[in-house]
Amino acid sequence: MRRTRAAAASAVTVSLLAAVTACGGGSSTEGGSNDSPKTLTYWASNQGPSIEADKKILTPELKKFEQETGIKVKLEVIPWSDLLNRILAATTSGQGPDVLNIGNTWSASLQATGALLPWDTKNFDKIGGKDRFVESALGSAGASSSDPAAVPLYSMAYALYYNKKMFADAGISGPPATWDDLVADGKKISKDGKWALAAEGSNPSENIHHVFVLGKQHGADFFDADGKPDFTSDGAVAAVKQYVDLMAKDKVVAPGNAEYAQNQSLQDFAKDKTAMVLWQTAATTLKAHGMSDDEWGVAPVPVQSGSPGAETAVNSMVAGINLAVFKNTDNIDGATKFVKFMTSDAEQKTLNETYGSIPPVKAAQEDPAFNTPALKVIRDTLAKSAAPLPQVPNESQFETAVGTAVKELFADAAAGRPVTTASVKEKLSEAQQQMPKK
Amino acid sequence: MTVTAEPAVGEEALPGATGPTPRRRTGRVRRIALPYLLLLPALLLELLVHLVPMVIGIVMSFKELTQFYIRDWGAAPWAGFDNYSLSVDFDAPVGAALLDSFFVTCAFTVLSVGLCWLLGTTAAVYMQETFRGRGFLRAVFLIPYALPVYAAVITWAFMFQHDNGLVNHVLHDQLGLTDSPSFWLIGDNSFIALLVVSVWKGWPFAFLIVMAGLQNIPRDLYEAAAIDGAGMLQQLRRITLPSLRPVNQVLVLVLFLWTFNDFNTPYVLFGKAAPEAADLISIHIYQSSFVTWNFGTGSAMSVLLLLFLLVVTGVYLVLTSRGRRSADV
Repeated sequence: MRRTRAAAASAVTVSLLAAVTACGGGSSTEGGSNDSPKTLTYWASNQGPSIEADKKILTPELKKFEQETGIKVKLEVIPWSDLLNRILAATTSGQGPDVLNIGNTWSASLQATGALLPWDTKNFDKIGGKDRFVESALGSAGASSSDPAAVPLYSMAYALYYNKKMFADAGISGPPATWDDLVADGKKISKDGKWALAAEGSNPSENIHHVFVLGKQHGADFFDADGKPDFTSDGAVAAVKQYVDLMAKDKVVAPGNAEYAQNQSLQDFAKDKTAMVLWQTAATTLKAHGMSDDEWGVAPVPVQSGSPGAETAVNSMVAGINLAVFKNTDNIDGATKFVKFMTSDAEQKTLNETYGSIPPVKAAQEDPAFNTPALKVIRDTLAKSAAPLPQVPNESQFETAVGTAVKELFADAAAGRPVTTASVKEKLSEAQQQMPKK
Repeated sequence: MTVTAEPAVGEEALPGATGPTPRRRTGRVRRIALPYLLLLPALLLELLVHLVPMVIGIVMSFKELTQFYIRDWGAAPWAGFDNYSLSVDFDAPVGAALLDSFFVTCAFTVLSVGLCWLLGTTAAVYMQETFRGRGFLRAVFLIPYALPVYAAVITWAFMFQHDNGLVNHVLHDQLGLTDSPSFWLIGDNSFIALLVVSVWKGWPFAFLIVMAGLQNIPRDLYEAAAIDGAGMLQQLRRITLPSLRPVNQVLVLVLFLWTFNDFNTPYVLFGKAAPEAADLISIHIYQSSFVTWNFGTGSAMSVLLLLFLLVVTGVYLVLTSRGRRSADV
């Protein structure tokens, strides 16, 4: 009896395993098919103030697409916190959407999975050619050695938002252009419960963005030419220390910011608690927090000295959202048409205007809608002084490892523990050793 | 229970010189087979839901599974024991971090389970007496257990905030217990914050189970003890606790497993990157696999955790059931 039971159980296990491994292989059609040409599933990232708002913004546009092509688009808006996991799950199971949004810093990491349709010349021609897109945006669509894994959809860059009233109260005439100026101005502002600059210290991605820019300004890249992690170079250590020192040594960032990770910075800014914030396209959120457009100004993110060299003048990462097609889609033609539609001049103008971002499509960018003072700064930054985050397969791990190290250093700073070159180097070295060896 | 009883019946049927006639035998076989047939759907589902992913997890732990292979993980190269040796190399950062996380989890589990049990038992014992408002209090005690975990923990996260949180407001502004507002969600205090939320969330379960256990103790035992002159503490020590032993065995085991594996509380409280002081093993493994995309190492860590929990549970069951088994025989 017992033997029979064991045999039956193992037989069942084996057959189930066989079934599971067979379908877990993700061996669906390479390069897509046209098995269901009338429908598409689209995963949009949460861009607006809420998921509902996104649905409201996107639904009429998708209807337009349906009228043009007869293809019905099933929309799902996915919050940022879930997006990467959802994409990974879809990649593993092969049961993903047809078209999806990806954060552009993930491009190379996701490209390495081989799940996304490569945008070679042939594919680009179907949507009007590669030349329609701004170069820096294309630079954040995959590793430079291969065809982009996605097409840029919304572009953003960091800028320095400053609170005009708080600046006037402290007797400061204009926004700082260098970090030294920022610290000097910051010391005038940081008193009586008011602080100069905001930071989202517990948000690893946010930390990475700033540290990357400071790294560029110190001549460090965090990855060497072969794509190997290089987190402990003098420049990288200096960059991380400079960022954390804004709280630890210069005391222009409130210690409480060390636990911020939910965009509390913008609330503090709108409530006149913090005078400056480094942000990408903050206008809509500031309005939502009750701040009118004339209460704040926008300037480029500070650099190290008055006239830095070309590379060290970098003052933002190329931020943005890309549009990707899952390789195993059942509607490859429809997906391509959809990408063409979303990146068409008219849609680019509509969508980017609504979201407060900049179109990565050159023709749409020329529209006067993107010439407001705030957007002009961001546009100029994108055109002249923004650099894409390292487009290496390990980018996602880098964000977590170094971003978390900075989070821990902020926690030290907030608790009044010393943050020294040695302690920074140690944390970065630990982060580097956690990176996969290949 | 029926499953363990079954082979005895089957074995009993086999021997005997004057065996049953073939017809009776088929009837008996059918009768014996029926329960298994009825169990089959459940067994299949159980395999599908639990065993298969577990086996897959074990297979993954021997593979070099990074972003290059997740799409077709069957094709990932074999890594042998590399993932395991990486996880247990306590001199290197990955192993050292895992070991730290393991110690944090052990300390957290012992404290959390102990406090949950203590609070739950104390409350249940006091709730045995009938008094005005008992029903209301019982209901209030169960609220943390009834609330959705996510909502409850988010609320705690708000309360623990440095600048606007209720905890600092009370401790610092109102009671003046601290010189400056403390950080609860980052740094060393995060362990205390995690413990508070965990105990708050877990003790009502202990309360509920102990309360149910208390209903089974005959009242006349207490009456007899009282007549013999036993005080309340003596009654607790001599009657209540020994009678609750079987209930407590299950309760502590379940609380241990839940607490050791708790993922929701730290995740909602701290996000994807928990502070070092509160880096519970579940979230550590999550980060190792899903955030750094190192699924092979993450799987190896999960298997190690599974082995550890199996050993602990096994030893615990053997130790605690020894007395009962000898009593049964």
